[in-house]
Amino acid sequence: MHNHPIETAAVAAPQLSDSGIALRLQTIAKHYGQRQVLHDINLEIKPGEFVAIVGRSGCGKSTLLRLVAGLEAYQAGAILYDGVAEDRRHDTRIMFQDSRLLPWKRVIDNVLLGLGPDAFPLAQSVLNEVGLADRAHDWPARLSGGQRQRVALARALAHQPRLLLLDEPLGALDALTRIEMHTLIERLWREHGFTALLVTHDVTEAVALADRIVLIDEGCITLNLPVPLPRPRERGKEFAALEEHVLRQVLKQNHYPQPLELTADPLWPPAGQVRWAI
Amino acid sequence: MASPSLPRWQRLTPWLPPLALLILWQVLAQTGFISVRILPSPASVAQAAWELTLSGELPYHVLVSTQRALLGFAIGGGAGLLLGLATGSFRQLETLLDTSLQMLRNIPPLALIPLVILWFGIDEGAKLFIVSIGVFFPLYLNTFHGIRSVDPGLIEMAKSYGLSRWALYREVILPGALSSILVGVRFSLGLMWVLLIVAETISANAGIGYMTMNAREFLRTDVVLVGILVYALLGKLADLIARALERFWLRWHPAYQS
Repeated sequence: MHNHPIETAAVAAPQLSDSGIALRLQTIAKHYGQRQVLHDINLEIKPGEFVAIVGRSGCGKSTLLRLVAGLEAYQAGAILYDGVAEDRRHDTRIMFQDSRLLPWKRVIDNVLLGLGPDAFPLAQSVLNEVGLADRAHDWPARLSGGQRQRVALARALAHQPRLLLLDEPLGALDALTRIEMHTLIERLWREHGFTALLVTHDVTEAVALADRIVLIDEGCITLNLPVPLPRPRERGKEFAALEEHVLRQVLKQNHYPQPLELTADPLWPPAGQVRWAI
Repeated sequence: MASPSLPRWQRLTPWLPPLALLILWQVLAQTGFISVRILPSPASVAQAAWELTLSGELPYHVLVSTQRALLGFAIGGGAGLLLGLATGSFRQLETLLDTSLQMLRNIPPLALIPLVILWFGIDEGAKLFIVSIGVFFPLYLNTFHGIRSVDPGLIEMAKSYGLSRWALYREVILPGALSSILVGVRFSLGLMWVLLIVAETISANAGIGYMTMNAREFLRTDVVLVGILVYALLGKLADLIARALERFWLRWHPAYQS
């Protein structure tokens, strides 16, 4: 699948899924001034696939998401949506780490953002899907962090996106709320059939949700690993083994020599001896 | 702020000091301890206020002053709001105008009085000009600041959700700037009365300032006090209106939720 020519992907897309976008990133490069953030990124995502991008902070994973979202420009390469290089902003919605709800709009009006008033029943039904129908007329300030993210999810879904981008949406939530959100996101993804691209620093989250885990390190993809576990996923032995495997890759344990900036600084122990708080 | 859960006597507590002062004042005036010419008793001030109201003199002057204040506020505040929106929204306009406006801001409006008299004489125009200039800057500065401090994350989100330019302005930028704009409104309303008082005492043939200056000529200290109290009441009223606006428009804000 990875080496299919573009034309095949474009033709194949509607057969696979009507509701998800096929995404293809070709030799993407991005730099801010002299600093190279991403280089030679090649990635193919099937319609309706759930892909998690993991990596340390500052590895360029969020930047990649912003490029796909069309929020930032890249210097080289191409991003093809359903095989064509044109912008698909109207089909794409993002969930940010902070909910970014408009505090001066009630919950239901936040969900209606960018939609006409005739979308009211739809907004109500997506709020119902995230379990917040009874909070429709509350101000966002009255909600908990987890509830705000559920409203943000409902707001994204109200646009019936074919591509949902999740930029560490659960990063600020507590562990229990996260697990609830995992279940919710997985269920909605299966029901709606959109393509999902999740950026996270939480390897457990990636293993719990994704069909495939992509690791970005220093601007390059260093791992592209399918997750063969059946859904709904239970946290058993296989889960733990996979998690351990990905985590080792992220931490570069038993891997190639330590990165330059670490060996250059005598205060830092070699990366292999450090457990990073990522 | 008194909360409704407090018992009644506790809600009345803030009113005790002024009440005590009023009683003390009445006693001192009645016993002749202070001269009536310096400070007439509260009862005679109330008497004067009542007479002035009955004769229609007080309502007339209050009406004239209020009209001046509101017209000046509308002109100066409106201009400040529009210009603040413009420079806040367009970088080029900011570059062009902001430095000049920041320079002008440092001139106290009352310093312009001699110039204003030369330009407008002692007509209505002079008073309106002073009030307008004074209320312009608080509204301009706070509007500009409000627009600039709207969370860029919200703007990015709204753009990515397909909001057009105008919708973005209406749904995100204006509401985001509103709390700051309302701070400007409150400042302006306070300044509005201060400037009007000064402008009216310089030269006028109607208005509360005229009434008090006229009373001074006839040594009617009670009428002067009536004028001062009316200014205080009007200032308080303006502040209450501004607060009510805040409570309505910012009802989403945790600070304004009871």
